[in-house]
Amino acid sequence: MQPATVDSSASDSRSPGNRSRARAGLAFSSPAVVLLTLFMVVPFGLAAVLSFTNRKLLSPLPTRWVGFDNYTDVLGDSGFWGALQNNLVFSAIVVPLQTGLALLLAVLVNQKLKGSVFFRTVYFVPITFSLSAASIIWLVLLNPSGMINTVMEVVTFGAFAPDWLNDPSYTMAAVIIVSLWASVGFQMVILLAALQDVPKTLYEAAAVDGASAWKRFRNVTVPGIRHQLFFVATITMILSFRLFDQVWIMPPRPGGPLDATNTIMVELVDTGFQRGQIGKGSSIAVLFFLIVLFLTIFQRKFEPAD
Amino acid sequence: MASSKGLNRNMLIAYGAMGLLGLFFLFPIAIMVIGSFKSDAVVISDQTSLSAFDPRPFEASDNYRAAADTGNYFKSLRVSVIVSGVIVVGGLIVNSLCGYALARLRFRGQRVLLSIVIALVIIPFEAIAVPLLLMMSEIEWTNTIRAQFLPFIAQPLYIFLFYSFFRGLPSELEEAAMIDGAGPYRTFWSVLFPLAKPAYASAAILSFLYSWGQFLWPVMITRTEDVRPLPIGLTFFRGQPPIQWADLMAFATMMVLPVIIVFVIFQRQFVQGVATSGLKG
Repeated sequence: MQPATVDSSASDSRSPGNRSRARAGLAFSSPAVVLLTLFMVVPFGLAAVLSFTNRKLLSPLPTRWVGFDNYTDVLGDSGFWGALQNNLVFSAIVVPLQTGLALLLAVLVNQKLKGSVFFRTVYFVPITFSLSAASIIWLVLLNPSGMINTVMEVVTFGAFAPDWLNDPSYTMAAVIIVSLWASVGFQMVILLAALQDVPKTLYEAAAVDGASAWKRFRNVTVPGIRHQLFFVATITMILSFRLFDQVWIMPPRPGGPLDATNTIMVELVDTGFQRGQIGKGSSIAVLFFLIVLFLTIFQRKFEPAD
Repeated sequence: MASSKGLNRNMLIAYGAMGLLGLFFLFPIAIMVIGSFKSDAVVISDQTSLSAFDPRPFEASDNYRAAADTGNYFKSLRVSVIVSGVIVVGGLIVNSLCGYALARLRFRGQRVLLSIVIALVIIPFEAIAVPLLLMMSEIEWTNTIRAQFLPFIAQPLYIFLFYSFFRGLPSELEEAAMIDGAGPYRTFWSVLFPLAKPAYASAAILSFLYSWGQFLWPVMITRTEDVRPLPIGLTFFRGQPPIQWADLMAFATMMVLPVIIVFVIFQRQFVQGVATSGLKG
């Protein structure tokens, strides 16, 4: 709050009413300002500062500046790049799959058939599960002799029944299934609200023109909800870089097996918390923030215009 | 519109698709609940046949007792209720007042504050978790309950949500109240607060879902069972060999059931709350 940028409206506060409103403004905003400063602005600044030090959580040695050592360490470590790659793979699969599935669910539920409210509820209920509970439940289903493999064996005549969580080629797939199950309802609801805002007259006009259902979907529905589709896809992409709970809980060990589900967040917690390397962990946090910032700028810049 | 025959076929396809997808969403919930009723020994082995849906041999009371005693369910429930309760209630007060001040009052530094709040929306908690852990450790707040809620009360996103909501209300209401001699405090409580219920409902639901499921921060900040929230309690319970799947399903059922009940009661608000903002996945 630099005094240099005081806005014009603050200077006309001479009448008693305006003065009491100015006091109320400060009083109303100060709890949030104090909390945001202490628990967001300060740690955010600290992350940047600490990332240039060798600070440890518990260490008898004094803290000193190490320049860019932490960054060269992290960026020279194949573990970090492997984690970033896993995040990118997860994102590349989950973003289209989850957006597509959410759109399919929203379109199905939006048909106003008898029972659509029931199905909307069914698709949305997993939202109430924390990811930890979802992960534990899916461990039962994804057990080598679990329900998923029982179904798979019937469908593929026994050709496909992987050990989802111990075979590194399939662990990420297992994580993706859980993620879809637990959060696609969110995206569905956003798209459903968008679908309901598409003017009915557009559909009627298209029907009069004799457009097929597919053409109506392509030329009326999709353009009508393009803002929300873009929003859902980009927000899913940003969130996918926070992937942590499932990959911490589900594999035999966090990020495993053989680092197949290691992510940037696993690296962050492993380095900053388990090894107590606050300085190096902070540099991972800064790199993570830069990725999120880049994606957010991308999102705002390429938002479809009206 | 197509012929009635075509319509029926389309409806059949739609119901088929909705039903199949519905199974994908319902099966895990059914397995959880039914698994919590039966003997530990058969939860996994029953999965290869329809007996997966048979709650026998029925040992529900053993399972739920194990979740409560060995799993420390009620200790974790207490922590989760306190943490989520403070975050939701405290957050509603702090964030709505700030959003109101930014939207409707005039004070020094207001515009700067607004742009700071908007900028802070971008910062994910994960980006500040490590230095925050150091701060908590320096003031010896690690392994406490307060360290689990204090950082999450003020949320830029909800401040912005309230700000947008209050901006959208017509100013005549407030002006009328002010002319009647009501100060900013009275005006807020008697005029704006009652109108803002939908915004409060959205913020409450979103922050509840987020805080109830929080995992990364409690992994870093909790050590002992008396401060472990439910998600951490569940993973510790699983970490005690041998894995007792039925006991775990009982823990999970007790963990999600209260939320599902609240969800069923307030379904409309849940759906609207998520639709208005749509964060988190």
